[in-house]
Amino acid sequence: MRRGRALRWAMGLGFAFLWAPILLLVAYAFSADRIPYQWGGFSLRWFAALAANERLVEAALLSLRIAAGAASLAVLLGGAAGWALARFGPFRGRAVFGALIGAPLVLPEVVTGLSLLLLFVALEAAIGWPAGRGATTVLLAHATLGAAFVAVVVQARLADADRTLEEAAMDLGATPWTAFRTVTLPLIAPALAAGWLLAFTLSLDDVVIASFVSGPAGTTLPIALFSMLRLGLTPEVNALGAVVVLGVGLMLGLAALLLRPRRG
Amino acid sequence: MTGPNQTSGPSGPPVIGSSSAGPIQTSGPSGPPVIGPVLLSAEALTKRFGATLALDALDLQIAAGEFFALLGGSGSGKSTLLRIIAGFEAPDAGRLLLDGRDISATPPWARPVNMMFQSYALFPHLTVADNVAYGLRRAGVAAAERAKRVGDALAMVGLEGFDRRRPHQLSGGQKQRVALARSLVMRPRLLLLDEPLGALDAGLRERTGFELRALQRATGAAFVMVTHDQEEALALADRVALLDGGRIAQLGAPRAIYEKPASRFVARFLGAANVLEGRAAEGRFESAEAGITFAGDIPPGTVAVALRPERIAILPAPADGPNRVRGTVEDVAFRGDDSLLLIRTEAGAVLRVAHAEEDGAPPARGAVVGLGWEPGDVVALPA
Repeated sequence: MRRGRALRWAMGLGFAFLWAPILLLVAYAFSADRIPYQWGGFSLRWFAALAANERLVEAALLSLRIAAGAASLAVLLGGAAGWALARFGPFRGRAVFGALIGAPLVLPEVVTGLSLLLLFVALEAAIGWPAGRGATTVLLAHATLGAAFVAVVVQARLADADRTLEEAAMDLGATPWTAFRTVTLPLIAPALAAGWLLAFTLSLDDVVIASFVSGPAGTTLPIALFSMLRLGLTPEVNALGAVVVLGVGLMLGLAALLLRPRRG
Repeated sequence: MTGPNQTSGPSGPPVIGSSSAGPIQTSGPSGPPVIGPVLLSAEALTKRFGATLALDALDLQIAAGEFFALLGGSGSGKSTLLRIIAGFEAPDAGRLLLDGRDISATPPWARPVNMMFQSYALFPHLTVADNVAYGLRRAGVAAAERAKRVGDALAMVGLEGFDRRRPHQLSGGQKQRVALARSLVMRPRLLLLDEPLGALDAGLRERTGFELRALQRATGAAFVMVTHDQEEALALADRVALLDGGRIAQLGAPRAIYEKPASRFVARFLGAANVLEGRAAEGRFESAEAGITFAGDIPPGTVAVALRPERIAILPAPADGPNRVRGTVEDVAFRGDDSLLLIRTEAGAVLRVAHAEEDGAPPARGAVVGLGWEPGDVVALPA
């Protein structure tokens, strides 16, 4: 009995540690006061101010577009990589390929960001594309990062699935493409969807890589937020934070739901 | 019981490897003859995996409508052969003929051959009915006929009313039936079964084995089963090929293989027989390890003899001479119909001896007994 109570206290403290700052942020988003850490009564005025702030809204829309594009590209690249790693057997260079795919997961973001910046600059000098830094380069950079996550998720999903399933399909008259379409794809669809959501969230959150590879035309929401901070905090930032917390929470919840273990 | 001890002749394995498409005929000493036109013919199939030779110029013919077992340990090449017949592996050399047509280069989806996988490989995202209908859909069978054939196939394996279930809602035995139905609904001329009873528990194996044979008779398809379990192979198949190192060690009716193993390897793989090495001389066979002289029909060049435990009798009084030996009972295991005795001869070899229950209580541990057998029960092994 006493042990149960101690455990509950420990759990409560742990959750408080994790969630108190976020809850505080959300709570102050509804404060009427001009100082973002001072309670001035309930109000939605900062949400209204946020909606009226064209710069922020534009940045948010750009962020959403980049996130969607980057996540889609990441699913294509990462899905193919995960499939190759799980199903192609021990091909030449498999270990190196696996390590390189996973590199963005372990490399510090400043390193990833800097190296991508160097690559984009070199590419522009060599073939003239991508021209300058902006939304395109941010999208490509985020797709690189997201592909690593998608590859891991898809590979894990395929590793769980019986590899004779595709053979069984072919045995029953399916060409390899039909077998992929009717058996493999439905099997990894939840992993692809979850991977898309993860990549989307990563892109929406990222400020480090984006700061390296974005230009004047590529101000994403986190970058806009950061520059606002330098000029001084307003409760608009709190409101924005609350909206982002809500969005990211929904995304991660959906991803967890899609990746939940199934019977059989 | 058995005829004269010959390793070749009318009761030996049939001569295989000719590319003629004539009927296959084989008959064991007391098994039913298997006669039929050649359905599948493997000619000098060779397959290497790196330095390993999985199949070594293997020749094999399967008759239409027979139940054939490929028996062997791991690494014997049996699974490789199955995968080559299904089309999942390409042979490095040799040909595979189905109805006389070379299918060596035909991809698996274009072969009129279906396979039941060891893991059953049921599609987890499809219902039972959709699993069974999968192949018919690929073949473009119209919806009405598809539904009828799926229903028929499920009825054939006794799974009416299961069509809306998903694979994870089925027991192991039910999954196996769905996998069978999914293959049989394609009406294959040749059905490949990879360890069909391997994943079932003991109680279900015997029943499923009989059901497999009934299905094979009902459909008229040739069944080719891969198994490592000699009891399973002998119980189910019309003909058995025992594989060793990518070659056929022996091929024949189950009874023929059981009664007349062609080599030490076969005798040992089938498990039960006592295999004793020694030297043949003047129609006799001397086994120094057991201190036994075997008399019987021992051709020159015999390197070992096999003697089944149930052929060895415990004599009322120890006697000396050929086909006789003394030994001490080391252990007794009760098996229901009989008891299995481990008897160590004076020379030190251990013989397995079956003592039937109807002959009374077996001798106790430590007892010294005399053993004897008929000359006709000694199987001479030339290799």
